[in-house]
Amino acid sequence: MKNNLKYIAIVALGLVACEPEFDNPINEGDFYTSGQADFSNYVAVGNSLTAGFADGALYITGQENSYPNIMSKQFALAGGGEFTQPLMADNTGGALIGGTQSLSNRLVLAFDAAGNPAPAVYTGGTPTTEITTNLNASFNNVGVPGAKSFHLIAPGYGSAANLATGAANPYYVRFASADDATVLGDAVSQNPSFFSLWIGNNDVLSFATSGGVGVDQTGNLDPTTYGGNDITDPTVFGGVYTELVNGLTANGAKGVLINLPDVTSLPFFTTVPYNAIPLDAATAAFLTVQYNAYNLGVNQLVAGGAISAEEGERRQISFSEGQNAVVILDEDLTDLSSFNPQLLNLRQATSEDLLVLTSSSVIGTLADPANPASVIGLAVPLADQYVLTTDEQTMISTAQASYNATIQAIATANELAFFDARSVLAQVANGGLAFDGGIVTSAFVTGGGFSLDGVHPSPRGYALTANGIIDAINTTYGSTVPNVNPGDFGTVTLSNEVN
Amino acid sequence: MRNLFLAVALIVSASIYAGGYRVGLQGQRSLAMGHTGVAVVNNAELAFFNPAGLIYLENKLNISGGVSAVFSDVVWQNEQLGQYAETDSPVGTPFYLYASYKVNDWLALGLNISTPYGSRVEWEKDWAGSHLVNDIELAAIYIQPLVSIKISDKFSIGGGPIYVSGSVNLNRNLNRTLTDIDGNRSNVTIDATNVTAWGWSIGAMFTPVEDLRIGFNYRSEIIMDAEGGDADFSNIPNSPATPFVDTTFDASLPLPAELSLGASYQVNDKWLVAFQFDRAYWNVYESLDVDFASPTNPDSVNPRNYKNSSIYRVGVEYKALDKLALRAGYYFDESPVQDGFFAPETPRNDSNNFTAGLSFDINEHLAIDASFLYVRFKEVDASYDFYQENGQNVPFNGTYKSSAFVPGLGITYKL
Repeated sequence: MKNNLKYIAIVALGLVACEPEFDNPINEGDFYTSGQADFSNYVAVGNSLTAGFADGALYITGQENSYPNIMSKQFALAGGGEFTQPLMADNTGGALIGGTQSLSNRLVLAFDAAGNPAPAVYTGGTPTTEITTNLNASFNNVGVPGAKSFHLIAPGYGSAANLATGAANPYYVRFASADDATVLGDAVSQNPSFFSLWIGNNDVLSFATSGGVGVDQTGNLDPTTYGGNDITDPTVFGGVYTELVNGLTANGAKGVLINLPDVTSLPFFTTVPYNAIPLDAATAAFLTVQYNAYNLGVNQLVAGGAISAEEGERRQISFSEGQNAVVILDEDLTDLSSFNPQLLNLRQATSEDLLVLTSSSVIGTLADPANPASVIGLAVPLADQYVLTTDEQTMISTAQASYNATIQAIATANELAFFDARSVLAQVANGGLAFDGGIVTSAFVTGGGFSLDGVHPSPRGYALTANGIIDAINTTYGSTVPNVNPGDFGTVTLSNEVN
Repeated sequence: MRNLFLAVALIVSASIYAGGYRVGLQGQRSLAMGHTGVAVVNNAELAFFNPAGLIYLENKLNISGGVSAVFSDVVWQNEQLGQYAETDSPVGTPFYLYASYKVNDWLALGLNISTPYGSRVEWEKDWAGSHLVNDIELAAIYIQPLVSIKISDKFSIGGGPIYVSGSVNLNRNLNRTLTDIDGNRSNVTIDATNVTAWGWSIGAMFTPVEDLRIGFNYRSEIIMDAEGGDADFSNIPNSPATPFVDTTFDASLPLPAELSLGASYQVNDKWLVAFQFDRAYWNVYESLDVDFASPTNPDSVNPRNYKNSSIYRVGVEYKALDKLALRAGYYFDESPVQDGFFAPETPRNDSNNFTAGLSFDINEHLAIDASFLYVRFKEVDASYDFYQENGQNVPFNGTYKSSAFVPGLGITYKL
């Protein structure tokens, strides 16, 4: 009987190893192929989008849902190797410099007592990421939030000593290999077998998000003289971009270049309506009277030839019962203060003006809390920083079109894969993209495509991005890397730990 | 021997390998012959298969006990998405203990303690189907006193009330994406123990000629009503939009009725053949609904829509030596799961089952029974289409492949 037991035990043990196996298991052999590409050492270069920035901050779960990290997991099915990221220390999104909080916590979706949702800064945790503690390692993800094109080749961009002057970037300080290192150098030194490059968004975005308060530097070829909210000269962009691609392809690496979406289709610019203020007839009539003197003054100057009749018409301010366009300051109007200091650069917004997301917390509030008549957007104009006017939009789109032409031309010249992120975002903004749980749109909070800062994608938005890039790579290199399911990725994070 | 029974009785969890969550491992001798038993008069395993036959056992006292070790694995993959997962289910150990005592020429009393229903599946935590199930453990013990009455030399009946004690523990994520601030997936565990219910079974055996037996058995449906079980919600965001609180729940799980019809024929001194048809009335399992006590927790409705299913069995026994009987069998087990309802908590498609075993008589009272079952599943592309997000059905699909190996050991004692 002992022998029988022994025999049965041996049979049983042998069978434990006999696990079910598919005819074509996806995780063995070469079910998926890399084609002419080699994903064994993938390095991602870019800005906040590449880093996985979301909800106005960088935090661990956001980084885990960065498009390069999503792609790297799919690459792993086709010969891809380990993909490392300079993970933050926690999920608060905030960070410290010298022990003092210098980067704000992330946004979460909070509900007020009436059940209305709104983004709010998360206060449920204290940030523990110390910017000046260098991680002393190189990372496959060299996405640096806030970086413009020329920052990637600027020595000292990762030096803690330069933080005070603004010449360094706190996110890069965390993992720069040396004080005089460049982002490009730190990417190239990893000898990537495959790379992605998505840079240039910030070269127009900061101008846009600041409501166009910066300067269009087209014609100025010295980026060291640029302010933070300026538009980068397209020639500077082209030179930098060429240098980046030359560096990344020097060892023969294949890669993918990604163009720049229209910043003006981001929810940051499309959420707040130009005519957000409802008025009753009496209030409208009262307010219109307040602008009688301004309207009269403008008309006199039209008659006098100081401004065109068309501009005079644009500057007429009146209100009526119902929704009313907000009164804005527009620096591109003719300065009439030399004729009369009372005649500010005022007009009412039109449907073509874009009010930035942050204006929603200003419009309708009182400029002077003691004066109930000082409603911003009505009696008090909305400041220039909250409005992207059509002139400013034109500056942005002109520069962006030039950058995109450069990116596509360089992709073609170097036979690299090219992902048209601009077209995909346009689709998300106009109708949306279907997935198995509905449709992803760029509607703020509810659309699912964007995080709570209105600029950066949600995890689901990053998943769609990764799919688009994977498709472009597969097309160019004949690889068969599978997509991810956007429905497996979340959208906005709920929390009422917002004080 | 008493110690062995104690040890066996302590092991209560079982693992699925048959259609739905039916665990067809109710006797090593029967199992070795394709789990035919409704018309085979051999030992006390009749207590489960057909108590009408107990009266025909030669000895006054018959006891059978045994335990199986279920090595069951499921793998899943989705080629479009490059997703892969496999179960890491613990070894299941369904058991049985049967006894019969012949009071007189026409009356025998019996006892059936067995675990005909159960399930244990553990997927990787947070796998792609974790919104349907992370892990599940179902267990049910049947305890049934029996009478077996000989009506005539050719006809007998038997049966008795069934007392069931069961438990359920299920964990799954609330949906595909909800997490707390640190990205931990929001999930719920429902747990109910000591769920009890009553049922019954009745059997009949007809012996038209000496070597031919025809058996019939019907085991009633038993609805396990779990009331006041614990529902434990974890990693819920701190938000009024997700008002999930730990609460209690009510849920019902049916143990479906089963009808067996079969025949056995003693060909000669050495050969016995047996055939059996089973019908399981799974259509009672329409939906797994979990009703949470707290009104803020939305109830969970999970359509199952099982269909009745059949099993076709055949087995042979060969008395190789005086002390040694060899057995083999086969059965085809239809899955009760319909297209579009293939949920990964019971990922079973049709299976071909191959069995073998032997009995060795140690002395005139005691025999060792061994059996082995190999369950062969075809690779199947399947989906569960009735999970909803925002009122929209979101199918979960992929390719499944399962296998199970079940060695079992038991003893037969007669006096």
